Amino acid sequence: MDAVKDTLTTPIFKNNPIALQILGICSALAVTSSLQVTLVMCIALTSVTAFSNLFISLIRKHIPGSIRIIVQMTIIASLVILVDEVLKAVAYDISKQLSVFVGLIITNCIVMGRAEAYAMKNPPVDSFFDGIGNGLGYSVVLIFVAVIRELFGAGKLFGFEILPLVTEGGWYNPNGLLLLPPSAFFLIGLFIWMLRAWDAKQVEEPDFRMAKHTVAEEGA
Amino acid sequence: MSSNDSIGKILKVAFALCIVCSVIVSTAAVVLKPSQEANKSLDRKRNILQAAGMLQPGVSVDEQFSVVEERFVDMRTGRFTDEVASGYDQRAAAKDPGQSRDVPGEEDIAKIGRQANIAQIYMVRGDGGDFEKIILPVHGYGLWSTLYGFLALEADGNTVAGLGFYEHKETPGLGGEVDNPRWKAVWPGKQVYRDGEVSLKLLKGTVDPASRDADWEVDGLAGATLTSRGVTNLITYWLGEDGFAPFLANLRNGDA
Repeated sequence: MDAVKDTLTTPIFKNNPIALQILGICSALAVTSSLQVTLVMCIALTSVTAFSNLFISLIRKHIPGSIRIIVQMTIIASLVILVDEVLKAVAYDISKQLSVFVGLIITNCIVMGRAEAYAMKNPPVDSFFDGIGNGLGYSVVLIFVAVIRELFGAGKLFGFEILPLVTEGGWYNPNGLLLLPPSAFFLIGLFIWMLRAWDAKQVEEPDFRMAKHTVAEEGA
Repeated sequence: MSSNDSIGKILKVAFALCIVCSVIVSTAAVVLKPSQEANKSLDRKRNILQAAGMLQPGVSVDEQFSVVEERFVDMRTGRFTDEVASGYDQRAAAKDPGQSRDVPGEEDIAKIGRQANIAQIYMVRGDGGDFEKIILPVHGYGLWSTLYGFLALEADGNTVAGLGFYEHKETPGLGGEVDNPRWKAVWPGKQVYRDGEVSLKLLKGTVDPASRDADWEVDGLAGATLTSRGVTNLITYWLGEDGFAPFLANLRNGDA
């Protein structure tokens, strides 16, 4: 049970797919301007990662090495289409806002990265929980970003007014930048900074070190 | 592992996987289709009602839509037509050269490129059975994207009953304020034509209610000059001679 707990919780803070592995940034920028859409995206990605890991792990001993990436892609793509169809049928408004980003889960590096790095070598149950864990790691970052963007960009959370806007007769002048995709970059940057301040082991070795400043000798 | 890499095994795995996945995907598509279609048409109806300013929360959309009637207008003659295939989609038709016309550059103030020959409009019947409102589809380019929406007119074909956009990608907080209910509430009651010309436009800043032109002017969107200009352009185009003006004239003369 401890092992399961470990696979489940390690990816949330210790080995976060976005913050440490820097995977899946594109959708983190695109879908985080409102919390509701973000949550649906998180659920969609978590379930796709979990089930693709499960199915790939189930047949991992039969997957020929030469076509393994294509096999993984086929499974992931089928699951993503399934999620997209279900969303269109039960949550049409949200699926309209997510638009292409559900389809783009196929190319989300987290899903494929976990399939290749974990599910190909580990038993199905572990792989399933690894998928959920990584999905949760992704979700933590997205929810962090979405809460800040929606609250300070639109004065709302889940569409409910928290900070009354000036344009609606309130006092809060919203920060429009937060509703634009680049703001997610800054927020993810801050998240990574906070995480690495808390857990210094995640700080990467610098590639280069600055040499000491030297002054050329006179006449040389 | 070596046996996994024989050609026979590769083909077998690939084939089996494809069969299983395609069965799952197609089953899902077929099973979920009816509710997806229902969602789509519900969404469209809601947009139309919203534009007309008729949407009441708490009442079923289908029920509210029962007073709305879908009609088709031939843009070339400005008259009603019935010669349309069922499931006609104006946006799809605008892309098909056989069902649309190329709008020449100098006419194309709304930057729509192509215009469908047949427009899908909605007539709202009042209690007495007469038309109370006409809902016209409009679209045009703003700053980043084409704005798609509906403009509702009163039965005189001149007084605005409402304007709403259901699809656009304008800057949130600036051009995106076209969705702001406060701004949309400014539209009802405005006049479109003056001396036969489309005069309705967005101003830079707010409208002076004392001005003689106030009936033909709407507050511009703060910080969104280009989106505001785009909205003015699309109104000018769609209610002008290339748009619905001939049809509205025919309708007024009882000749549509």
